[in-house]
Amino acid sequence: MNSNDFNKPLTFFKLESSKNILLPLFSSSVKAGFPSPADDFIENHIDLNKLLISHVAETYLVRVSGNSMKNAEIYSEDILIVDRSLEIKENSIGIFTINDEFTVKRIKKINGILYLYPENDQYKPIKIEGNNELSVWGVVTFIIHQCK
Amino acid sequence: MFALVDCNNFYASCEKVFNPKLKNKPVVVLSNNDGCIIARSKEAKDLGIPMGAPAFKVESLFMQYGVKIFSANFTLYGDLSNRIMKILSEYTSNLEIYSIDEAFMSLDFVKPDKLTEYARQIKLRILKGTGISVSIGIAPTKTLCKITNHICKKKPEYEGVLNWNEIINKDLLLEKVPVEEVWGIGHNTAPKLNKYGVYNALQFKSANQLWIRKLFSVTILRILTELNEVKCLPLESIHEPRKGIMSSRSFGKLVETKKELREAVATYICRAAEKLRQQKSAASYVYVSIKTNKHKENQPQYFKYIIIPLKVSTWYVPDLIKAGYKGLDEIFLQGYKYKKATVMLLGIVPQSQVQLNIFHPEYEFQKVTKIMTAIDIINKQHGSEFIKYAATGLKQKWRMKQEKRSPRYTTNINEILKIVV
Repeated sequence: MNSNDFNKPLTFFKLESSKNILLPLFSSSVKAGFPSPADDFIENHIDLNKLLISHVAETYLVRVSGNSMKNAEIYSEDILIVDRSLEIKENSIGIFTINDEFTVKRIKKINGILYLYPENDQYKPIKIEGNNELSVWGVVTFIIHQCK
Repeated sequence: MFALVDCNNFYASCEKVFNPKLKNKPVVVLSNNDGCIIARSKEAKDLGIPMGAPAFKVESLFMQYGVKIFSANFTLYGDLSNRIMKILSEYTSNLEIYSIDEAFMSLDFVKPDKLTEYARQIKLRILKGTGISVSIGIAPTKTLCKITNHICKKKPEYEGVLNWNEIINKDLLLEKVPVEEVWGIGHNTAPKLNKYGVYNALQFKSANQLWIRKLFSVTILRILTELNEVKCLPLESIHEPRKGIMSSRSFGKLVETKKELREAVATYICRAAEKLRQQKSAASYVYVSIKTNKHKENQPQYFKYIIIPLKVSTWYVPDLIKAGYKGLDEIFLQGYKYKKATVMLLGIVPQSQVQLNIFHPEYEFQKVTKIMTAIDIINKQHGSEFIKYAATGLKQKWRMKQEKRSPRYTTNINEILKIVV
């Protein structure tokens, strides 16, 4: 340093505090010289959400009570996973509104006429005629049943 | 080209999704505390039920027409909104979520002659996937989107979608829009425009730009430019961290004791502080205010607010509550029946900035961060308020009424739709 240095203005640096620098995290503890033989094979846990729900924004859970669908393995208190983005297919189970009421039934087409079929011999199918207002609320994709 | 997607009668429509008995029936949603009407279904609008009216004033209308009344269910509305926004984000990542039921989309990637059809597909998908009906306005600028959206919402012949470029007589359409209804021009600016003979959107759009800039502001000029199909307002995709965070509710029953007010203030501070932590901010001031019910004219009225500066900007809830209490001590007066308390966290700064402050080495930032993080993690796992601050009170008699709230069909396993099969 000589006397000339005292005339140079000081430079101030402002700390860039708004950015975060992310450091990589080692997911296995590295013990000196011996990594785990499983390191290269590590996969994520099986995610039930990914397995059961294809369209998250359009999927809903519905609880049923009653036994008109027992032959389809839908029992009282079961939870249904319902996907509203799918198109209902013939002979599949869906949530419908008929005459402003919700119901869960299997939709069938017989001789060009639509029916809502229960899955229990003690119940009668509903024929869809002019005065019944039918609309599809969603398609049942999975049934969650808790074993007792 | 932009598209503005806007849900029709959103809150009321949400109530109808899980309840087919409400189809074609007049539905009304009341604000927190069942105070005022904040949403009406189309049928309720047609009956002449006014927006914003206090519920007790319209009770006779409700009974006369069998109007179905619901207490606001923001959990449900927020979740259905998230679902709709998620669906929209599948069409484009250039999405600006403008409010709980509105979003702007950039549709530059769609061929101009296919835009209307594209929008119809979006509308159909949202209706099928969530049960909510939307209106979509397409235009070269956001301001014009607001106009086309507003028009197709009101006129059923457009079937919910209106494309500016398909309008044959654009000037005729703009002539019918009163200038105060143009987005960004409100009831404050309109009278001044009226004075100079500008009463509708067409006259405004055709006005001399230099003259508008001189007499008004660059903001008003931007609106004019946008009406002339020149883009001024971009999509805002980054949400700036809030500059102030407010938490406020009216009380379910009138509060007279300081003890109960302290509970309320502590609770509101907790709520606001949660948002503070989410955006990794710290607050420098705590604002507290209390007021009586201005509708009860024969009762003595009182309103007072105070702002308490914090020694150190912080996000540590116990310190924020302490400041809230200090403020309340200053403004509380015995003898009044309080209806509402408001808390605001002001002077928002990033947490990282505060930690580097060398003038407060004694403030235990590490301990503060550890405690707050632990509480947040636990509450996330077990449900909010699993760990509460004792200061927020155990009984909370002042908590708002939600007597007619519908179930939280999509977020609470105990409240999901139940169907008898």
